[in-house]
Amino acid sequence: MSPTQQQIETARELLASLGAFGAHISGDDVAHLEVHGNEVVGAHLVPGLEVDAEQLDDGVEVHIRVKPGARIAKPIHFCFGMLPEEGLQHIVMDVEAGEDSYAAVQAHCTFPNAVDITHTMDAEVRLKPGATYEYFERHLHGREGGVIVVPKSKVYVGEGAHFKTEFELIKGQAGVIDFDYDVDCDAHSLLDMITRIWGRGKDRISVREAARLNGEDAHAVLQSHIAVKDEAVADVNNSLAANAAGARGHVDCKEIVQGAAVAKAVPIVEVRHPRAHVTHEAAIGSVDSKQLQTLMARGLDEDKATDLIIEALLG
Amino acid sequence: MGVLELKNVSLTLGGKPVLNDVTVDFWEGHVHALIGPNGAGKSTLASVIMGLPGYTDITGDILLDGERINDLPVHERARRGITLAWQEPARFEGLRVDRFVLAGAKDKSTDTARRVLARVGLDPDKYMQRAVDRTLSGGERKRIELASILAMEPRIVLMDEPDSGIDVEALGRMFDVLVDFKERGATVVMITHSEEVLKHAEHAFLMCNGTILDKGPVDRIDGYFAGHCMPCGHTNEPDAGELQGAFE
Repeated sequence: MSPTQQQIETARELLASLGAFGAHISGDDVAHLEVHGNEVVGAHLVPGLEVDAEQLDDGVEVHIRVKPGARIAKPIHFCFGMLPEEGLQHIVMDVEAGEDSYAAVQAHCTFPNAVDITHTMDAEVRLKPGATYEYFERHLHGREGGVIVVPKSKVYVGEGAHFKTEFELIKGQAGVIDFDYDVDCDAHSLLDMITRIWGRGKDRISVREAARLNGEDAHAVLQSHIAVKDEAVADVNNSLAANAAGARGHVDCKEIVQGAAVAKAVPIVEVRHPRAHVTHEAAIGSVDSKQLQTLMARGLDEDKATDLIIEALLG
Repeated sequence: MGVLELKNVSLTLGGKPVLNDVTVDFWEGHVHALIGPNGAGKSTLASVIMGLPGYTDITGDILLDGERINDLPVHERARRGITLAWQEPARFEGLRVDRFVLAGAKDKSTDTARRVLARVGLDPDKYMQRAVDRTLSGGERKRIELASILAMEPRIVLMDEPDSGIDVEALGRMFDVLVDFKERGATVVMITHSEEVLKHAEHAFLMCNGTILDKGPVDRIDGYFAGHCMPCGHTNEPDAGELQGAFE
């Protein structure tokens, strides 16, 4: 069914709120899906990709299939968001990346006028053997916060598959984030999980990344880079278990704290095989004084130098 | 009159005097070297001139073009043309080389980043998009720091052991950059333990125990490297009373 004029206008407005990011969503060879509230307002598919979206009372349920062997050359763009100040958007996402397929998704979540919006996502992602699926989720919020973001995902990474996910919330005020990813990895699989969040004001950020390397030679890196200022609070819990021979992993948590902000990090590593190996690194503190002094010795004032250091860490 | 003058500058850290009544002029467009044993106060002097945190509670005056700059913060001193190259440059996770190089540049164009990187012997195509992090060697970071200073077009460059941790080729590049600074009329103050680096200076200052013991042409002061340091009886542990007695 063709979109109505109203839907086209809403899709345009959503994409416009993404600024430069929205400009990339064009061309017949670029797949995209725009969801405003509980309504699909725009969509375009490419060969090898199937997307079914079903309207719910408070959001949408999206089924995504990357066909076995399909190689989607250009990133698939999802745009989820709400233009009003208040509301609820619940996304149920079911993803299956077929055997030996490749797809990269860039999900843009935009709430430019949010005062009281809740955005939740319950996702299940299955990567069949040999599949590669990359999911990059970027949030663009307004300056006042006012958004509760609750992304929860359960991911299965099949044998020899590669799952890469990045969650980024750097622009605008985060609001409340309760991020929860749980991943099981089969033999010879790869997992890269990166979270980058800049909390300000009274933001509350909770990040939980958990992964189990269940198959031989499965490898994983979990990274959380968080900066908090003002009165923001960040609580990061990363856990990585290596349960098979040759399983290797690293957990890396870096948090920069400014003003009255508070940051906590709890890395948990667990090894259940004598030939498995997991390391972790957690650093919480203020901006490195030598970095700061170096940039100030080039003429940047303290605020600009601090912002550059944090942007680089998160960017 | 020097472009940068220190008059009777003293600094005490942790109850111990680390600079004791230092008076020195640095001349516009000239290359100066600070030499002396470890703990003499050379790096401290550079930190005091730059106004780094922990090095500002001094007595005496720091004058730039005759104007007292004691109360200016680091970035204000930098905006007036003073900058510092550290002995061990900082690492910046995620910060791209081009952004770092252009952070304090007068002309923030990509062409500037490419030009200064090439000048220090780094291929811009290979380095612009890399991060100034642990994936770069200390020598590479040292060159990148030098490139960032070139881009800044400073008036006064303080270089703390510019030759440490760099290879022969990089050392040659560093000497080329010294010529660039000099041609642009910039004043250079190098802290060094290297006789080869000293040869590229026009004036040398021998420091010991927080004091300038001697100053003059390089060929006169370089006797220090032949073991002809001036007798001062110091134990490398600065002591105010001892110093005062020795030089009264």
